[in-house]
This record gives sequence, C-alpha cells and structure tokens, in this order.
Amino acid sequence: MSELIKIEDVSVKYGNIEALRDLNFTIEEGDYIGIIGPNGGGKSTLLKTILGLVKPYKGTITFKETSLKKSNVKIGYVPQINELNRKFPITVKEVILSAKLPINMAIFHKYSEKDIQEVEGVLSTVGLLDIQHRHISELSGGEFQKMLIARALASNPDILLLDEPTSLVDMNSQKQIYSLIKSLNENMTIVIITHHVKEITKQAKKLIWLEKNIKSCGDPFEVYKFAYLNPTEQPGGKL
Amino acid sequence: MLEAILEYQFLRYAIIASFLVSIISGLIGVIIVEKKLVMMTGGIAHTSYGGVGLGYLLGFEPIIGAFIFSILAALGIGIINNRTTGHKDVMIAMFWSLGMSLGILFISFMPGYPPDVTSYLFGNILSVTTLNLVMMLSITVIVAIIIIAYYHDWKAHLFDPEFMKIKGRKTKTMENILMILIALSVVVLIRVVGIILVIAMLSIPAATASLISRRFHIRMILAIGFGLLFTLLGLVISYLTGYPSGAVIVVFAFIVYLSVYLIQKRIFFKNKVLQ
Repeated sequence: MSELIKIEDVSVKYGNIEALRDLNFTIEEGDYIGIIGPNGGGKSTLLKTILGLVKPYKGTITFKETSLKKSNVKIGYVPQINELNRKFPITVKEVILSAKLPINMAIFHKYSEKDIQEVEGVLSTVGLLDIQHRHISELSGGEFQKMLIARALASNPDILLLDEPTSLVDMNSQKQIYSLIKSLNENMTIVIITHHVKEITKQAKKLIWLEKNIKSCGDPFEVYKFAYLNPTEQPGGKL
Repeated sequence: MLEAILEYQFLRYAIIASFLVSIISGLIGVIIVEKKLVMMTGGIAHTSYGGVGLGYLLGFEPIIGAFIFSILAALGIGIINNRTTGHKDVMIAMFWSLGMSLGILFISFMPGYPPDVTSYLFGNILSVTTLNLVMMLSITVIVAIIIIAYYHDWKAHLFDPEFMKIKGRKTKTMENILMILIALSVVVLIRVVGIILVIAMLSIPAATASLISRRFHIRMILAIGFGLLFTLLGLVISYLTGYPSGAVIVVFAFIVYLSVYLIQKRIFFKNKVLQ
C-alpha cells in the first residue's frame, strides 16, 4: 500500500483552546480507518483540517508527498447530518447533482447527460434511485445519510471522509450504511468517525483513539482493548 | 381606476414599480428566508436611513445615499461577522441603530425646516419618480440575471456552503455577492414600502410561497406572484382610500400569509384524520 495522506506534528487551536496536539499518522491507499474518542476530542476538527477547512497553527499535511491542489487526490466528504437544513427546498437528485457543478461558476450551467447518468449510478449504488425525485424533508435519517454518501461518491473520490454517518439513524439503517461503507472500501480509502465502537472494531483495518492527540492507534481489537483497560483516560468512561 | 391609470403618469409608474418590487421580493426573498437572513436584511435597510439623511444634507438624491449606505452596511456586517467572534445579532443591532442615528443627525444639521422623510420611512408607491423607476429597473435586471444565470450554484451554495468550499468554490465571494444583492434589493423596495417595512416584503411573499411548495424555483415564482398581488391590491386600496400604501401592502400581505397558513393546517389536519 502506498502513502496517500501524511499528517506530521499537526496542532490546531480555536482561539486559546487546543483542539489537536502534535498529531502524527499516515493514511495509506486502501486503508479503512475508524476514529473513535470522546466528544470534544478533536475528531471532526481532524477531518476538517485534512479537508483544508481548518488551518493548523503547527505541522503539515501532505497528499502523495505534495499539497492537495498539486496532488491528484480527490476527497469525498460526508458531514454530520445535523449540520444541514433538512427542510431546504431541494430534491435528492439535485443534492447529488451539486457534486457535478464545475469548480468555476458557469453561466446558465446545464448538467450533461453524462453527469446525470453518473448521478443515477451512485444513487443506484446507495439504493436511492427510486426516491431520487423526493424532497429531502421526506427522507428518513438513514436515507438522508445515504444521500450525503452518494453526493460524496459522485465526485469519484480516492478517499472518503465520513463524520458520524450513523448518528440519528435507526439500527437497520446503521447496518446498511456500515455494509455500504465496507463495500466501498474495495475501491477507495475510508476514514470514518463514529461512536459505534463495537461495529467499527469489527470492520475497520485500523483504529485511532483520538483525544486531542492520539491515545492509541493500530489494530482495531488492540485499540479497543487499550481503551477499555484504561477507563481513567476516558472522560466519563465513554468513547 | 383604469381611466385614472391611462390619465395619470404616477399611477403608471406605481404599477411598473409593483412589478419590479415583486420580482425582487420573489427572487431574493426566497434566499433570505431560506438562509435565515431576515434580521440582517432589516439591519441593512435601517442603516440606509443614514444615506437618506446625508442625501438631504448635501443636496443629492436621498435614494442614492440609501444605495451607498446599504452596500456599505451589507459588506460591513458580512466582514465584521466573519472576522470577529461577536454575535451576529449584536452586529446587526449596531449597524441598525447607527444608520438610523446618522440619518436623524444629518437631517437635524440642515438649516430651516426639516424635510418630510415619511415616504422613505414608510414608503409611498404613488410618489415613485422617473429616476426612482430607472434605478429600480436597472437593479432588478442585475439581480434577476445574477440569480437566474447561476441558479444551480446558488441552490447548492445555500444548501451546503461547506461542501462547495471543499469542491474548490470561492464561497466567501458568493457570500459577499449575496450581501450586495440584498442591499440592492433593499434600495428597490424603499420607495414602495419604506425602510421600516422592507423586511416584510422580503420575507412575507417568500414565507407564503414556502407554505405551498417545496421546490426552490416554484417558491421563487409563487413569491413573485404573491408580491404582485400584495403590491397591486395595496396600490388600489391606497389610491381609493388615501391610506398609506406601504402599511396597506404589509397588512394585506400578513392577512394572506395567515390565511394560507390556516388553510394549509386545515388540509393537513383533515388528511391526518382521514388517515
């Protein structure tokens, strides 16, 4: 496996509050990394730093040994469901099509047949083709999450970053989403933040326990054991 | 009334102004309501009063002053909001009260009797001048082209600006353009409903449309229709009774919103009972 993203000595602050401290790890092509840790431990900040939405005050992040712009690495991102307005007047298909908009705004842009076919392809992958014309307010939590995954997939990413894709989702949908992510890992790298520790321990290739810095990293079962053998290190004893 | 329209220029101007105001209210209003920018729009509108006062004091057209102050307020609120950790509503309140205060001060500096600023504060669709109309038409065309030509971009940006930023879009530029479009829309509306009632025309038609449709473009079209209904009926009532047009338009708009809301609730309740 070759190196895809390298995070070296990365530290992030929000005002005077430190969110991440001296983070070092590598994401390799084909990886399936689960990130666990308590609330406020910097998990979402880590993803946003990789995406370039948050600037670290120290350290560097390289993509195939260069910057994100110079590398050909394409990142797909699935945000937390509660960050979005679920009553916004837009349909499922329109949300996915937004991934096909060109980087530079084009006057009177019209989606091509190829764009529409690709969007229908990803809708089929996540099982939402039948409800593509439905308004997003009519979707269940699980369907909404699958729609966000489909939007991320529509830009043909090399790596998919998912921020708690199974929160606010029923048990049945959780299973479907984990199964979908597992199948996606056959073709792309996955980094997922989750509170479902047992599920991700069974599925991921690598687990990171993050609490501002890395408390433990490596084999999922080893990290899981370490976390539960060191309950004093866990605020509230909960990951 | 038809004879009067043919006879009097001010009535023809008022009808043209109603159309322009409706288009602006429909296009920008839906964005303002969806992006929860109603109070910010109120802040921009009230700041423009400083420009009206400056116009009177220095002897230039007050609406030009309102135009300049609106743009400065829109950009100012946006920039300060992005660069400080202060609460957005505090920033809006400061611009809101500063603009009004400057307007009052500038007018008090004028020698002799103060001018009648009622038509700027409460609007008067029957007093629209040729200059007002030219300005309103130019701004409406600019705003409409920018919204319609980049329709998909606006919709994607309003739904999830973070996703568009990750895609490589200049989202801050889009935010600034949106602020300028809101400021321009405020200027168009001032002559018709007045500074104090601008937020009503930029929110009630869009809010009424949102009760009926869940499609973005349909909401815009419906909001334009509601805007037209409110302004034309307000104009007729105002012409026939002599009541202030701005206030009549807003009261009528609120009644329509409430009626649609109650009808919709009744239909929803009936459907639930049937199920």
